[in-house]
Amino acid sequence: MISLYKNLFYQSLRIRMVEEKIIEIYPSDKIQSPVHLSIGQEAVAVGICNNLLKTDLLYSSYRSHAYYLAKGANLNKMFAELYGKVTGCGKGKAGSMHLAEKSVGFMGSSAVVASTISHAVGSALASKRLNKNQVCVATFGDGASEEGSYHESLNFASVFKLPVLFVCENNGLAIHSTIDQRHSYKIHEHAKSYNLKSTYIEEGYDFMKINSLISETINEIKLTGLPQVVEIKTYRYKEHVGIGDDHHVPYRSSKDFDNWKSVDPLIQDKTLINEFSEKINAEIEAAVNFAEQSEFPADSELFTDIY
Amino acid sequence: MANLTLLQAINSALREEMRRDERVIVLGEDVGKNGGVFRATEGLFDEFGAERSVDTPLSESGIIGMSIGMAMYGLRPVPEIQFMDFIYPAFDQIVSEAAKMRYRSGGQYTVPMVIRTPYGGGIRGGHYHSQSAEAYFAHTPGLKVVIPSNPYDAKGLLISAIRDEDPVIFMEPKRLYRSLKGEVPETDYTVPIGKASITRAGKDISVFAYGAMIPICLEAAKKAEEHDIDVEVVDLRSLVPLDIKTIINSVKKTGRAVVVYEAPKTGGFGAEIAAIIAEKAIEYLEGPVLRVAGLDTPFPYTFEHIYMPDSRRVFEAIEKVINF
Repeated sequence: MISLYKNLFYQSLRIRMVEEKIIEIYPSDKIQSPVHLSIGQEAVAVGICNNLLKTDLLYSSYRSHAYYLAKGANLNKMFAELYGKVTGCGKGKAGSMHLAEKSVGFMGSSAVVASTISHAVGSALASKRLNKNQVCVATFGDGASEEGSYHESLNFASVFKLPVLFVCENNGLAIHSTIDQRHSYKIHEHAKSYNLKSTYIEEGYDFMKINSLISETINEIKLTGLPQVVEIKTYRYKEHVGIGDDHHVPYRSSKDFDNWKSVDPLIQDKTLINEFSEKINAEIEAAVNFAEQSEFPADSELFTDIY
Repeated sequence: MANLTLLQAINSALREEMRRDERVIVLGEDVGKNGGVFRATEGLFDEFGAERSVDTPLSESGIIGMSIGMAMYGLRPVPEIQFMDFIYPAFDQIVSEAAKMRYRSGGQYTVPMVIRTPYGGGIRGGHYHSQSAEAYFAHTPGLKVVIPSNPYDAKGLLISAIRDEDPVIFMEPKRLYRSLKGEVPETDYTVPIGKASITRAGKDISVFAYGAMIPICLEAAKKAEEHDIDVEVVDLRSLVPLDIKTIINSVKKTGRAVVVYEAPKTGGFGAEIAAIIAEKAIEYLEGPVLRVAGLDTPFPYTFEHIYMPDSRRVFEAIEKVINF
């Protein structure tokens, strides 16, 4: 049996290689949707989703390729969606920022920051009312914690005692603004003022550590039915939107980047990279091929799925 | 049949639907124990308990966002926004999330949610207890906008809205909550969304309106009758979807039209009606299409009587079009 480490490594590497493929394809303009890449942050999605059942529901943000894949949604349908093809998870209407796959409980993602957090809370209320032993997860960035919607959601979840896991992926950046320019508070500390448990983990590259913390947290949520916040420090390798590296722009230091890369298993563990690359590549090639071969939606689709 | 106020008809619709379908939940500020600011949800807490008649924090965005999550999960939430003037903190959730969820998920999710909200002036509520914000929502594909003008329609339309798969903005004319009564079946029935109703048939001129403007238009029609003008009053009942066929047929019959709405005139929904008439029936027109509307000011407190369309202003517009 494959070890937990290998399993999580494989999932994380798969996400990274998928996004590297997107980078490769992007200049061809076959993917016209703006893309917000998760490279550097894969371990967070994998560490969370490894502890979720298909019936547990996850709501995410526009930087959600990693979550879509980690939650078990179909890679062919993802590439098809990026290509705007009718075989995509959103019939080619959603694009990169709005992936959703109901069959695996990936409830969706929105380009409007923090807007899906309260949906997770509502789903948790519904789930509690129907006595399902389910966890609803909201994932969002540190920027989202500046939105009113985030605070309303924490308050609602705490007042109504709902089984919600709030995960803040703190990459320290809101586009180009650093966290010290924006925050008068520490996310995990401030969350406690809503009378809920919150934890913090600094090693956002370490899927083992994240997996173990989330496993514990989800067990507690299922046991108590109460919400919790987890803040995970992570690092965005690429620019906010697009495929480029922007460390030449003087808003963050390439020293931090080098430090992060020096501990990133997806860079350092060459043995496993070699072991898995071929298999993952084959899967990706097949998915790209699927997207290439698929049709664009008919013009009449413009008017469907509105009412 | 029972003789009910519009408010009682709303309450009856909620009760019937909550009895029929346990997925239906009402929620909002003070809607539970206290029965709502206007008492629209009175008694629901006692019958259905705190789980289905939910008092929430004072967070409009949270109320609507949570309702969206419930609806995506499979419940039928009916959130109340206490006054339509307070809906703006939830604007993003309504127009960016609820309205677009079905489209952006390629049809995987629908948001069967009804946002009930009292709207409109005439109660000296001032800036933030009086507005009529239908145009913002009618401008957003993915939402339905429904506005009843009488107790029978209020119950039948609300039941239809709750059974609808898509988000509905259900605007309740608070000025009419208790001011008129009507016969309402005690059992459940529906009034279809998207069908206008000809409240008063006439042959000389069509007056298009909705909600609290209907009684005013009827009053103006009565006055016009004294001047031998036979007015047709069409109650649109729903702005989205809009019953274009009934509007155009009425204009073809009368050849004249006035549109009445209490929101500020500029960019109001009445402009849409006028444009549709121009596009589809201009060859039938014997005069200009006039708008009688609120004024392009913040909703005023002291000057409310000047701001609000009344039967005199409606009658003057009718006369002007007739004499064109």
